[in-house]
Amino acid sequence: MRKIAILGIGQTAIAEQWDKSLRVLAGEAVLAALADAGRDRADGLFVGNMLSGLLNRQENLAALVTDWVGLRGTEAVKVEAACGSGAAALRAGLMAVAAGEMDSAVVVGVEKMTDTAGAQTTAALATAADADWEAAQGLSFVAINALVMRRYMHEYGWQHADFAPFSINAHANALHNPYARLHDPITPQDYQRARMVADPINLLDASPIGDGAAALVLVPAEHVRRNGRPAVHVAGSAAATDSLAVHDRRDPLWLSAAYDSARKAYGQAGAGPGDIQIFELHDAFSIMAALSLEACGFAARGQGPRLGLDGEIGPGGRVPIATRGGLKARGHPVGATGVYQIVEIVQQLRGEAGATQVPGQPRLGMAQNIGGSGATILTHILKAN
Amino acid sequence: MEISRHWRLQQQRYGLVGEVCPHCDIKIFPPRDVCPNCAGEAKTLFQFSGRGEVYSYTTIYEPPEGFEGNAPYTVAIVKLEEGPMVTAQLTDVDNNRVSIGMPVEMVTRKLREDGKRGMLIYGYKFRPVWSHQSANQLAA
Repeated sequence: MRKIAILGIGQTAIAEQWDKSLRVLAGEAVLAALADAGRDRADGLFVGNMLSGLLNRQENLAALVTDWVGLRGTEAVKVEAACGSGAAALRAGLMAVAAGEMDSAVVVGVEKMTDTAGAQTTAALATAADADWEAAQGLSFVAINALVMRRYMHEYGWQHADFAPFSINAHANALHNPYARLHDPITPQDYQRARMVADPINLLDASPIGDGAAALVLVPAEHVRRNGRPAVHVAGSAAATDSLAVHDRRDPLWLSAAYDSARKAYGQAGAGPGDIQIFELHDAFSIMAALSLEACGFAARGQGPRLGLDGEIGPGGRVPIATRGGLKARGHPVGATGVYQIVEIVQQLRGEAGATQVPGQPRLGMAQNIGGSGATILTHILKAN
Repeated sequence: MEISRHWRLQQQRYGLVGEVCPHCDIKIFPPRDVCPNCAGEAKTLFQFSGRGEVYSYTTIYEPPEGFEGNAPYTVAIVKLEEGPMVTAQLTDVDNNRVSIGMPVEMVTRKLREDGKRGMLIYGYKFRPVWSHQSANQLAA
């Protein structure tokens, strides 16, 4: 298999973009990524998206986007894995280029979520869970995460306030990301006083939805010409699955698909958690940040919140996470999120992350994207060459 | 909700009928025909007692479409006494008096109604098991 480089990146702001449609958002990100790569076409286009059928009444999305950006005729397909759709689309693109089926691919994650009323969007998001055995009982996706968080606090003795550093760090970093959904730093008091959604999860434990798109251009590493900026290679790519329903897991407090995919990706990259200098994790809820840190080997079981309390998760810390705001404050346009994470790692490895640049010219960054409450988990490791 | 989709799960929704694996004897709910423990074929029906305890719980203040009339309502993961866990709403309970480990039992209740002319969907919920002592405390 051929080694792959990420030649170009593009993204739109994440916001309530009432003036922009699904196709317009996707198109902006694709064209920005192609321009960044210095290309005007690609052999294939992979769209990561979760909800276009339910919220925009639009499927056959990949052909629509491909035509919209002036690439009519090009092979294209949509990839869906709930909130993990973005990284799943990336992985499909990687496999196509690595196998030699294509010499270039565009990967775009896009989601348009704010045309619909809140309860409709909440019900659509619940399709990431088990429809017959979770959602049919009236469970929202937030509630499912709340069940996990409550049990975690019970088992390991954490208080709600112990999770505050995850949200505070994310908001502080997003302030310096012009594409982020939220630009308002929060205090521990704000975190404690936020409105309850499904206890113990309050509004500042949960990531905001939004409209947005992010895109990448993939090419074989051997096709990259030196142009003065570091080339970013994909050093590891792996995915694993678990049951959709939390109640079906062997251990509901352990993300086995995170562990499995991270272990494979570490093996491919010849690295371990101690070598990773940036970790864009899937902090859709603060509890998921803790569980990801544990499953990927950055914290012992039950000790995820400790890294935040010890001040280790900021851009200058031992395990910088959510460096551009994370899902919590950059925002979570669900099917696009996995591609935003990769764009942000590329920014860090190129030294283009501005005020939240991880110091010391980092060479290895990892992104982890989660579909559902842990059912599909994809881990990617990028390396600056 | 589609009528057939609800109808084909009636044994589970009304009676907590799951399966038992003939190879490793593990009890399975909801039924899945392939044992999650040993991966053998498991199609032998098994009637669960409906008794269990709360593994975790939360109260929903922002419900999904179709459940607006219920909010706020408390949901739980219940660990059944035969082993498996199930996600369900709690009923006949003060939302502020639920705790992990609380004994509960299955009852049949209305889950949702799809508009004024739509179907009424019934299914399992769980309620606290009142011991004589706690019933007396309640009376006092």
